[in-house]
Amino acid sequence: MKQTTKHIIKTSNLSIGYASKKEVNTIASHLNIELESGNLVCLLGKNGIGKSTLLRTLTKVQPILEGEVLIDDRKLEDLTNPDLAKTLSLVLTERLPDSSLTVYELVALGRQPFTNWIGYLTTNDLEIIQSSFEQTNTQHLMDRKCFELSDGQLQKVMVARALSQNTPIIVLDEPTAHLDLHHTINTFTLLKKLAKDFNKTIIVSTHEINLALQIADELWLMTPSKFIAGKTEDLISNNDLDQLFDSELISFNKTLKQFTINNN
Amino acid sequence: MLNPIKSYRNTFFVLLFVLLIITFINISLGSVNIPLKQLFLSLVNGEVEKESWRTIILNYRLPKAITAIIVGSGLSISGLLMQTLFRNPLAGPFVLGISSGASLGVAILILGASFLGANITSYAFTNFGLAIAASAGAFLVLAAVMLAAIKVRNTMSILIIGLMFGSITSSVISVLAYFSSASELQQYMFWSFGSLGNLSWKEITALFSIFIVGVTMVTFIIKPLNSLLLGENYAKSMGVNVKLTRNTTLIATSLLTGVITAFSGPIAFIGLAVPHLTKLLFNTSNHKTLLPAVAICGAIIMLICDSIAQVPNSEYTLPINAITSLFGAPIIIWLLVRKRKIYY
Repeated sequence: MKQTTKHIIKTSNLSIGYASKKEVNTIASHLNIELESGNLVCLLGKNGIGKSTLLRTLTKVQPILEGEVLIDDRKLEDLTNPDLAKTLSLVLTERLPDSSLTVYELVALGRQPFTNWIGYLTTNDLEIIQSSFEQTNTQHLMDRKCFELSDGQLQKVMVARALSQNTPIIVLDEPTAHLDLHHTINTFTLLKKLAKDFNKTIIVSTHEINLALQIADELWLMTPSKFIAGKTEDLISNNDLDQLFDSELISFNKTLKQFTINNN
Repeated sequence: MLNPIKSYRNTFFVLLFVLLIITFINISLGSVNIPLKQLFLSLVNGEVEKESWRTIILNYRLPKAITAIIVGSGLSISGLLMQTLFRNPLAGPFVLGISSGASLGVAILILGASFLGANITSYAFTNFGLAIAASAGAFLVLAAVMLAAIKVRNTMSILIIGLMFGSITSSVISVLAYFSSASELQQYMFWSFGSLGNLSWKEITALFSIFIVGVTMVTFIIKPLNSLLLGENYAKSMGVNVKLTRNTTLIATSLLTGVITAFSGPIAFIGLAVPHLTKLLFNTSNHKTLLPAVAICGAIIMLICDSIAQVPNSEYTLPINAITSLFGAPIIIWLLVRKRKIYY
């Protein structure tokens, strides 16, 4: 008997971009994605190629231009905001506005899609929040105010908040943009662990290509000519990575599994 | 499992106790000296030495104290809502131009009366007449701001639109004032000083009913307001309907400020300063704590201001607006200099 694989995210002929009354500005089209759960996906591409636009479209922040997105076999358009909040959580690049929220309150906010009208936390909620702290190793920060944290600590706490939302999918937009190498590796290792141990589907847009090549299960490459999605090792053996930057200056070195500067 | 979010239960008990004491002190003060025991007796409907004392307390001082509590809480809640919505510490209940709208209504009634050939001593100039004019003006500006709010995506633009409407109404008032007689101007000035007294029980019931409607609306947006602390994008990702929350906040604020301004005039400072004071006291951004806290603190501070305005043991009552700013502003400055940054 053939087992049909279930795709947590599936797109067919998706076009993304911005539509206004006057004109339609398509940024990328013919995007076909079939993603199974439990994978860590890194979305790679140079600046301005549309990584954020893709993430914004998949998370329903902006509308689909053409084609279809299925999240857990449900059409994205049919999902209401509260429905989507139970399926998909976000970690964004933007800085948090000033507030005197404590780290615990921040992480507890992740339970909002599940709590009652006033936001009462049940024992179940408290347990999930507790385990989010444990999984991200941030228990010691619980009572601190958010504005007291370093960038690295805050990033971990934001991941903890997404975890307490307890969604099968977590989308992170350049989560390591402000972090040093140590904290960057730390974050990626944590994401990998979450995907493996808890069967989460994690989509990360990043510029840490060399790190992504070592750790990601799948890569989504946005190149000027086309969109390529596939297993990391397949993309490496197919020479797909060479298309990432149409530049004379760097090229992909298959044996080293990293980009190197061309020496002429 | 224990919920580690602080509930501040003890602080709330202390504050409620302070509120009770201050209310009592407020009622005990006035131009007529009434012994404390007699005061208490008239409140619980016991035997009093002079019936006139009972009348003074039940028909003048108690209504005034209740008005002070409603006005203080309502303006403070509105101020907090505006500060959260616009993420701006300078926002207050009047940023939407509501007080200017109310002022315009009253100005048209008082200053424009001679144009319409009305008699200044007629029924229109009673409390209810002024309240209706003020409400109409406030509602007009609110409707304009809300129309703009539906069109505009950006929350900050609404703030600026509110300020612009404020300027427009102020200039219309200036024009009206320019063509008015001295007595009309004086009457308008008196209204703009603000006043907590002179409300009948009927008027207080009207004020209180709308206050309750506003506060009920606010309790339903406590949860989304908390997620908005992380910014609109995060709030959306947690299933919050940002536009609905924003519009509910605007309507609740307008109802509260509109009705308060209608009955007691444009009372300055309270709506801006009480949220700051409360945040210094509670050091939290959680609206579940902050909303009841600003409501109680607002009531307490309004009662204190009113007690000062009474000028104990004299027949004079100072304009409440002067007191709120005169005593309140230095306190805020002192607190900020002494303590630390306030976070929103």
